[in-house]
Amino acid sequence: MPAARLRTPLFERHVAAGARIVPFAGWEMPVQYAGVAGEHRAVREAVGVFDVSHMGQVESTGPGARAFLQRVLSNDVSRIAPGGAQYSLLCREDGGVLDDLFTYRLGPERYLTVTNAANHVKDLAWLQQHSADFDCTIADRAQEYAMLAVQGPLARETVQALSDRPLPGKFTAEPRTLAACDVLVCGTGYTGEDGVELLTRPDDAPAGWDELLRRGAAPVGLAARDTLRLEVCYHLYGNDLMESRGPIEAGLGWACKEETGFVGAEAVRAAREAGPAEKLVAFVMTQGGIARPGNPVVGGGEVTSGTMSPSLGVGIGMAYVPAADSAPGTPLQIDVRGKQRPAEVHPKPLYSKETP
Amino acid sequence: MADASYPEELLYHAEHDWARLDGDVATLGITWYAQDALGELVFFDPPEVGTTVTKDEPYAEVESVKAVSDVIAPLSGEIVEVNAGLADNPETINEDAYGEGWLVKVRMSDPSERDGLLSQAEYVATLG
Repeated sequence: MPAARLRTPLFERHVAAGARIVPFAGWEMPVQYAGVAGEHRAVREAVGVFDVSHMGQVESTGPGARAFLQRVLSNDVSRIAPGGAQYSLLCREDGGVLDDLFTYRLGPERYLTVTNAANHVKDLAWLQQHSADFDCTIADRAQEYAMLAVQGPLARETVQALSDRPLPGKFTAEPRTLAACDVLVCGTGYTGEDGVELLTRPDDAPAGWDELLRRGAAPVGLAARDTLRLEVCYHLYGNDLMESRGPIEAGLGWACKEETGFVGAEAVRAAREAGPAEKLVAFVMTQGGIARPGNPVVGGGEVTSGTMSPSLGVGIGMAYVPAADSAPGTPLQIDVRGKQRPAEVHPKPLYSKETP
Repeated sequence: MADASYPEELLYHAEHDWARLDGDVATLGITWYAQDALGELVFFDPPEVGTTVTKDEPYAEVESVKAVSDVIAPLSGEIVEVNAGLADNPETINEDAYGEGWLVKVRMSDPSERDGLLSQAEYVATLG
């Protein structure tokens, strides 16, 4: 770990906005501003903006870039059209998950992959190590991008008002000029709401942040980012994904195309055919309480994410449980600091627009 | 409560609890500092009426979105009442930590324990 914690280009903005700053993956990040519940609601009902500049970027360029990424990423990279985006996993030979990633195709032979902050150095080394046989250059771009996520039902119109042209649609990524700045606009996010992620030059980020706030976007911290993503059952690396777990048990078989021969494909194929011993399920607490990561599930398994859902008003979470206990409706008992509390396996996502 | 406040008429425990004494019954709660540090509270798990609490020992849990925290008893005694309204509205602790956000009432088993508690000025001094 670095001795000094890193600050994003927006650090002063966070302090000025009254954020509570916490260490996160080597960075000093805003965990909340006005309050988690209000920030969460702003994203579900209007528009919020997150500083996600701690996330890393790796660019793969060259005639062999596609073949290289096809080798290291679990999904079928050949399906990403120019301007497209795709979710995939980076796996070890044994199928253990090194990271989960979005890859954007910036040009015919140019791809940008966004890494989790805590994994960036590890990912970069892994990618470089596996690129030797390919006509492809791997470049660390983490220092060259700030990243803002603008999310919520009003996110697109808020960003559109700054843009020279119509914004790219869902799961696409194209350059645009926003308020005289060059920005890569990506139709992706981590909240279950419509919205975009904006990759900008670090120097341009503060003005962009100010402009989004001026147009009504609420600043949203890491705490609400977690409640938002957990309500829609998006995985958090380090909680729900880790090297000791594979994609199949994590419910991410849809992001693995074994026929592409990616690193780990044989292990994933074997796990898919045999069926995993444990599966990651979503659950709801049925008689109050909040399960937390690390709480054991009685009869086997462990909670990997748990919080109070601001949208649903109940404790929610995800847990690895024996496959026999993974069907929606199955009752669970979770040992919450010595007290057994009942929960029930729930279909994913836990929250959708139609739920309330 | 946006601004810090520590009423003068209360007694305090260094683990960020307050006590309001009325005869041999003490009403207990957490301080402005504690609720601010925890953030918006989303769950209060109260002890049962009739159980006993021991000075300096945890007797309940409060949870914010991100964290769970023990509540430490400033005094020993028997729980005679819990604030049932917090089950549905735990945020009341944030909104009115010294009023509607009280946690429990305790019949003190050793009223002399009050002498070990802090005055408002002494408690505020511990906050640096």
